[in-house]
Amino acid sequence: MRVSEQEVERIANLSRLKLGEEKKDMQKNLEDVLSHFDKLNELDTADVKPTAHILPVENVYRKDEIEPSMDRDILTSNAPQKEDGCYIVPRIVE
Amino acid sequence: METYKLTLKQTLEKLKKGEVSPSELTKNYIDRIKSVEPDVDALNETEFDEAIKKAKQMDKKVEKGEGGILAGVPYILKDNMCTKGLKTTCSSKILNNFVPPYNATVVDKLEFQGAILLAKANMDEFAMGSSTENSAFKKTNNPFDLKRVPGGSSGGSAASVAAGEAAFALGSDTGGSIRQPAAYCGVIGLKPTYGVVSRYGLVAFASSLDQIGPLTKTVEDSAIVLSAIAGHDKKDSTSIEMKTHNYTEGLDKEIKGIRIGVPKEYFKEGLSADVKASIDNAIKTYESLGAVVEETTLPTFDYALSAYYIISSAEATSNLSRYDGVKYGYRADEFSDIVDLYKQTRTEGFGKEVKRRIMLGNYVLSSGYYDAYYLKAQKVRTLIKQDFDNIFEKYDLILSPTTPAVAFKAGEKEDPMAMYMTDIYTVPINIAGLPAISIPCGMSSENMPIGMQLIGKPLSEKTILNAGHIYEQARGSFPLAKL
Repeated sequence: MRVSEQEVERIANLSRLKLGEEKKDMQKNLEDVLSHFDKLNELDTADVKPTAHILPVENVYRKDEIEPSMDRDILTSNAPQKEDGCYIVPRIVE
Repeated sequence: METYKLTLKQTLEKLKKGEVSPSELTKNYIDRIKSVEPDVDALNETEFDEAIKKAKQMDKKVEKGEGGILAGVPYILKDNMCTKGLKTTCSSKILNNFVPPYNATVVDKLEFQGAILLAKANMDEFAMGSSTENSAFKKTNNPFDLKRVPGGSSGGSAASVAAGEAAFALGSDTGGSIRQPAAYCGVIGLKPTYGVVSRYGLVAFASSLDQIGPLTKTVEDSAIVLSAIAGHDKKDSTSIEMKTHNYTEGLDKEIKGIRIGVPKEYFKEGLSADVKASIDNAIKTYESLGAVVEETTLPTFDYALSAYYIISSAEATSNLSRYDGVKYGYRADEFSDIVDLYKQTRTEGFGKEVKRRIMLGNYVLSSGYYDAYYLKAQKVRTLIKQDFDNIFEKYDLILSPTTPAVAFKAGEKEDPMAMYMTDIYTVPINIAGLPAISIPCGMSSENMPIGMQLIGKPLSEKTILNAGHIYEQARGSFPLAKL
């Protein structure tokens, strides 16, 4: 097996996902797709530069001028839990 | 008046002459939607009250000859483009209650030109899919055969245009998600050059590949809509510095002597006989119109699908890490701590295919695998772009089938790899950032539409629209779905 059960668990943790019963299926899916990717090894890319971005744009800046921000109440209007303009989450720091 | 059968161009002419008002047009489309939606099920949310209000405002403007190039025209928007005050769900449970506080730039542009939003269209969840079967809410049915898929991920948008639910729709295309459903549903689907249409307000899937584009009944209609939505946007730093063009200019130019390359790799095993026959006919039509059509080659064709799935999954996993139950969207009811909040929320909120791609993306980016997969795919991307550049040194355009076969039956492609393979002809174009359009060119023996793809050099939308329009005139009218 190219992708061990431990690997699947590690990746699930990185992805912030819980797999449960789907773990075996997910393992098989990953295996299937990754083995297709092996085909790329047929290409010699030793001297090829990677393309991260297809357009010839670099460092698009804007002037450092203050513009009004969106109203905080509007921005937090979709929050599942909020108070005093802040988002409520479980305690993070003991 | 069955105004829903008219093209956008014809509709604009009738509005100008006063033969129909925006309110009558809107009412007509609303009636049409109510009549066909039980069969097609293309729409997530309808905005009829708002549309009727807007139409009344446009009545006065259109009467005075004012109001923009789409004044009074109703349209449908794929549900991954933000609409202020109206739900935008990406057909996902994790955003099923999300109401954006702002409009996508394309929505602002369409509003500026006087268009009227009718509804948000169903799609594959987060644009991940090729059949709209990955929607968390419902399946959409192909208007030409309700037992078949409309394609995806812009299946709702394509089906809605094919069913006459609006004068045009907008979709998004990352690996073929406008062009493939356009081919399956017998409509025109255009993906502009990367950077021509602003992605601000388009919920991101793969940021270096995503583009918004129109789904319409004719090539001229496509040119009109593109004129309304293209142009530089300072809110999208990947948008090209360019002014908005009138893309309808030069549509009727003669195409004698135009050089068209047909890559032989598109005609290997896997291409259905019906599609091949239609494409061969289209080539003959082009030759009769004076085009020079020759076989060419795209040597890295076989590697494009793998490169695409590595790059798009890697970008997607990063883009989808924002869905955490904290700022907006779905939040799990029970969780033990902050990390559990994230895990429970995402596990309950995301569908199977989305989870697969998130996992795949994190795998190819994780330490130990980054070089072998992600970096490798980026290098292959360079080679694919070079292959296209080489072809465009000799040819003005590339012609190919849009898909290997016609729309498949619902539930037929259960294996993820089989589903991914339906995009094999469209993904190379996104990798290279090129403009491409799918145009109906025939019907299969099962009476399903077949699409032909025209691909151009970067920023050559006018060339592909011109070549497409001239072909369309020569082809004649295309059958409408019998709904």
